[in-house]
Amino acid sequence: MTKNDLKENKMAKGFISIEDLKKVPSYPSEERFKRGPVAVIECLEEIPCNPCETACSRNAIKVGYPITNRPVLVDEAACNGCGNCIIKCPGLAIFVVNKAYSEEKATIVMPYELLPLPEKGSNVVCLDRKGNAICEGIILKVLSGKALNKTNLITVLIPKEYADVVRFFKIKDNV
Amino acid sequence: MERENKLKTEFAVIGGGPAGLCAAIEAAKYGVEVTIIDENLKPGGQLFKQIHRFFGSEEHLAGVRGFEIGNILISDAQKYGVKVLLNNIAWGLFEDNNIGLCDTNKVSILSCKKVLVATGAIENSIAFPGWTLPNIMGAGAAQTMINVNRVLPGRKVVTVGSGNVGLIVSYQLMQAGAQVECIIEGLPEIGGYQVHASKITRMGVPILTRHTIIKAEGEKFVQKVIISQVDDNWKIIAGTEREINCDLVCIAVGLKPLIELCRMAGMKFEYLAELGGFIPVHNENMQTTIDGAYIAGDITGVEEASTAMEEGKIAGLAVAMELGKIDEKKGESELASAKNRLRALRMGPYGEFRHQAKQNLINSYYKYKNQMGA
Repeated sequence: MTKNDLKENKMAKGFISIEDLKKVPSYPSEERFKRGPVAVIECLEEIPCNPCETACSRNAIKVGYPITNRPVLVDEAACNGCGNCIIKCPGLAIFVVNKAYSEEKATIVMPYELLPLPEKGSNVVCLDRKGNAICEGIILKVLSGKALNKTNLITVLIPKEYADVVRFFKIKDNV
Repeated sequence: MERENKLKTEFAVIGGGPAGLCAAIEAAKYGVEVTIIDENLKPGGQLFKQIHRFFGSEEHLAGVRGFEIGNILISDAQKYGVKVLLNNIAWGLFEDNNIGLCDTNKVSILSCKKVLVATGAIENSIAFPGWTLPNIMGAGAAQTMINVNRVLPGRKVVTVGSGNVGLIVSYQLMQAGAQVECIIEGLPEIGGYQVHASKITRMGVPILTRHTIIKAEGEKFVQKVIISQVDDNWKIIAGTEREINCDLVCIAVGLKPLIELCRMAGMKFEYLAELGGFIPVHNENMQTTIDGAYIAGDITGVEEASTAMEEGKIAGLAVAMELGKIDEKKGESELASAKNRLRALRMGPYGEFRHQAKQNLINSYYKYKNQMGA
């Protein structure tokens, strides 16, 4: 990425758009999405950080040298959507998106560091990258525990058309 | 007040934050007798309020939370026999590196062969009508209250400044149960990392660029602020003023190095705005223009805990080498790896300018040394 691209990516409004994300080489291809869960890395700047690369036992993510390189999903076929990179990312910038969940539904695994944790099976309000309410979702899975060290992994079931849009959720009592 | 007879140590470290602890551990590892002086009740500096995972690579302990790094460093310091003088304020740095200390009931002088000043930095503030109202505080103060003392100072927050401190503290206030109404930023773009901005934006917190705070109002504490848009020259755009109800205002407008002891010792300084203000010039091994006196961490330019730790290690190694405790070849190779790790943290659009600024400090050091030698 050139210096100018970086400047363009430097956010003025506080959020990144799907267009911004698709401009840089990392967003998985639609063919890959069709085959099941895959890591979506939303980290656009050259910052000194590479735990995502070391977290991936399948060598699907590359930062390389220097560690200020942007992380890239270099081998989208190797990624099985395990979510280890989500737990290790200090920027909470990685999601696992499964657009092959069913005909109409997709799932998104998100890092979540708020308490209380959502209840499995509960309905939540799903938010986009700006925090706007987009749709309802259902909590499918709540992974917490020692190995995750308080970066909990929450799987949310949502309508498929919002798979590239939804990146957070609100527990309904708090709305 | 009592006066104690002169205390002695081989290597005195003023400030037990990440830089001081790493320097102490590194020197003690090779047999240097080390004493850390810290004014707090516990060493660790700012690490214990940093509940987020650190950036960097594995060798910088990336992915580990700040307070966990604090615990690792304290246990390493114990393992290598580092002495820690807590609740002690270093109030003077005199000739021959004699350090003036005081605790609650006595004043003493600590003499040493080598000293490291690792006093860190202090938060900047901005003045506006009403800024002295209670609950208008530095973002670092709010972070200490929630993460160390577990007290939530307010429930409706306005943060001023969108650098990493403003973004991270706002996120942590949300974690602590507060609602952040907005983050305001005078510049046209967000100052901190995109990933920090993204994680708070998706929670619904607006980041208002080209905005400033005009005044704060309240009876006994802050109850609302008036903000407005600003133009390219930071002039308020009339008609854009609006009120935001809040009960906490966090000011996150940068930090400046705490250099009083270095001034007192007569070190040579440079002014580098990009590093936070006046900085003592130093060489690549963190040696200042005063013999036997070193600096490391935010006092050498405001950066991150990860850079502070590497600088501390460099200073600790240099001290161990100067004192003849470490084989020169081994010392040089350890120094080289620490410098490589430090370089890796100062690359990219957020790091390269800091690397350049630090090079300028090193050049100034040699220029000054040459002048003195001539």
